[in-house]
Amino acid sequence: MTPTVTLEVRDLSTHFHASGTTLKAVDGVSFSVARGKVLGLVGESGSGKTVTGFSIMRLVDPPGFIAGGSILFQGLDLARISNEEMRRLRGNRIAMIFQDPMMTLNPVLRVDTQMVETILAHESTSREEARQRARDALGMVGIPSPDERLRSYPHQFSGGMRQRVAIAIAMLHRPELIIADEPTTALDVTIQGQILAEVQKLTRQFGTSLIWISHDLSVVAALADEIAVMYAGRLVEQGEVGEVLDRPLHPYTKGLIDSVPSRNRRGAPLRQIQGMTPSLANLPSGCSFRTRCPRAAEICQQAPATREWLPGHTARCHRPHHLVEEPA
Amino acid sequence: MSSSPMVELVGIAKRFSKPAGIASRIARRFGGPERATTVHAIDGVDLAIARGQVLGLVGESGCGKSTLGRIVAGIMPPSEGEVRWQGRNVAGATRAEARKAKLGIQMIFQDPMSSLNPRMRVADIVGEAPLVHGLVGRREIDAYVDEQLVSAGLDPAYKRRYPHQFSGGQRQRISIARALAVQPQFLVCDESVAALDVSIQAQVINLFLKLREDLDLTYLFISHDLGVVEHLSDRVAIMYLGRIVEEAPTGEIFARANHPYTQSLLAAVPKIENRKTTFVAVKGEIPSPLNPPAGCHFHPRCPHAFARCRSERPAIRQIAPDHFSACHLNDEPR
Repeated sequence: MTPTVTLEVRDLSTHFHASGTTLKAVDGVSFSVARGKVLGLVGESGSGKTVTGFSIMRLVDPPGFIAGGSILFQGLDLARISNEEMRRLRGNRIAMIFQDPMMTLNPVLRVDTQMVETILAHESTSREEARQRARDALGMVGIPSPDERLRSYPHQFSGGMRQRVAIAIAMLHRPELIIADEPTTALDVTIQGQILAEVQKLTRQFGTSLIWISHDLSVVAALADEIAVMYAGRLVEQGEVGEVLDRPLHPYTKGLIDSVPSRNRRGAPLRQIQGMTPSLANLPSGCSFRTRCPRAAEICQQAPATREWLPGHTARCHRPHHLVEEPA
Repeated sequence: MSSSPMVELVGIAKRFSKPAGIASRIARRFGGPERATTVHAIDGVDLAIARGQVLGLVGESGCGKSTLGRIVAGIMPPSEGEVRWQGRNVAGATRAEARKAKLGIQMIFQDPMSSLNPRMRVADIVGEAPLVHGLVGRREIDAYVDEQLVSAGLDPAYKRRYPHQFSGGQRQRISIARALAVQPQFLVCDESVAALDVSIQAQVINLFLKLREDLDLTYLFISHDLGVVEHLSDRVAIMYLGRIVEEAPTGEIFARANHPYTQSLLAAVPKIENRKTTFVAVKGEIPSPLNPPAGCHFHPRCPHAFARCRSERPAIRQIAPDHFSACHLNDEPR
């Protein structure tokens, strides 16, 4: 049985015009997500992972714009369809969960109003039935006494519960794709565990594809099937989750994994990546990681292309770990 | 073997209450209900931190760990109990002694942008306190500030800049340099690396480790990130709703967690080594500290709770050498 591809992003570029220059927030990113699979999109602040998510949702506002590439959602190119067509997909077949659930929820409307509105926006059904479905959705994400909670306002929920409401709203139309942007970063560990359990149940039960955007490698390790690592607007490494985490090719990925405390002897200095993330306005020529890279050599002054070094495991690097000798 | 503790907390409690508004005062005069709005942020905490030790204080939001950190740092007085600095009660000390104790303890906060004055240059931020306290003369201050910046891993060439001209990691280094400038013996770090990116977080953690070696510092390291705490700390104390529920050396607590809350906390932490885990949810929410459950605060979420847990507060007591836990299960025959 071949897995069906829900989303295929090819060569996506999203640029921002800022004070006379063009910043390439997303620069030629390609990946795909199969049905029922979870892609972990990992990177640090400013790496372009959120802008990638926003581009797929077509939520990038000026001065940002999609400069090139295609976003194939079941054969439909989201980069080219009209705003009206996109509006019909958004919230219906593609949904997004944000880090801050208050971005999704309207603070002055009751939860039932918002949920019923979401259903009626895409379907013609009776208000009564819509309400019933809203109730079921709240129950599904583990909100106790959903009948009463429907009549609450967002501020009457705790942070974890609010995020569940946001997930319930995202799930209302059984979307084929959910983009989750750091949805558990602001939550406590036990609450994060609850949300992860719910999300996992949903992908397994309904075959929803999920793009999980996060800077937390540990969460991605536990949740994702595939992992894609972003640095300065580009995908630098991609592959099956165990493969990438056990055998990272790109020095940046390796640096990220090595700096996780549990990968180090307790009390010993953590292995760290030197320097800091460069500004997009001021990227080094060639490989944008080379100024921080312990393996950089002369060839790195030329931009490396993405190459499939191992089956299903790609990296954008001239001198990947394990495969090219250490510099003398 | 153990020397006298650097900092000792004895029976610390902190309550925050809201004065009754005019409406409720009138209502009460006419026989309305008395509505208590007292938060028991900290509820009877004893804790000792030995010289040179790193104590990790772990808990989820609202458990009182930051309040406890502030009480240790002397920013906030406790409602009850005693803070002892090198064996002496801080509250009963003379002004000069109290001032010395305060200088000896410095605090580093989560968000450097809100703890650094945006209108001051780095040189003034770092140099102000040692000048005021007469630690350094006006003539040597320039060289002294350079020295502090270097030990926090910053280039002194940037000292004429303002905080907003730095990245998050560098800003955190500025607040570290400022803390070091008064030659403290003890640092309270309140979620000091939580807001930083992974690669920058590793750099700042390494800085803390290095400073500990170089300057013989003692730390109270407050964090919700168990991975970071496990890496840095010698001892770990777990807090839940204003109480310490378990305390033990780091290796012991991660290998043999005793309290059901500690166990569920450890189970909920995703680890990079675990692939494709099926997550199991801890039931329930963190209760509001305005109205905590009676008895053991954790009983509504605890899988092992029994009748006694609902009525009687478990005392924290030793269950193994140097391992303390507050759970009634330890009294039950196994």
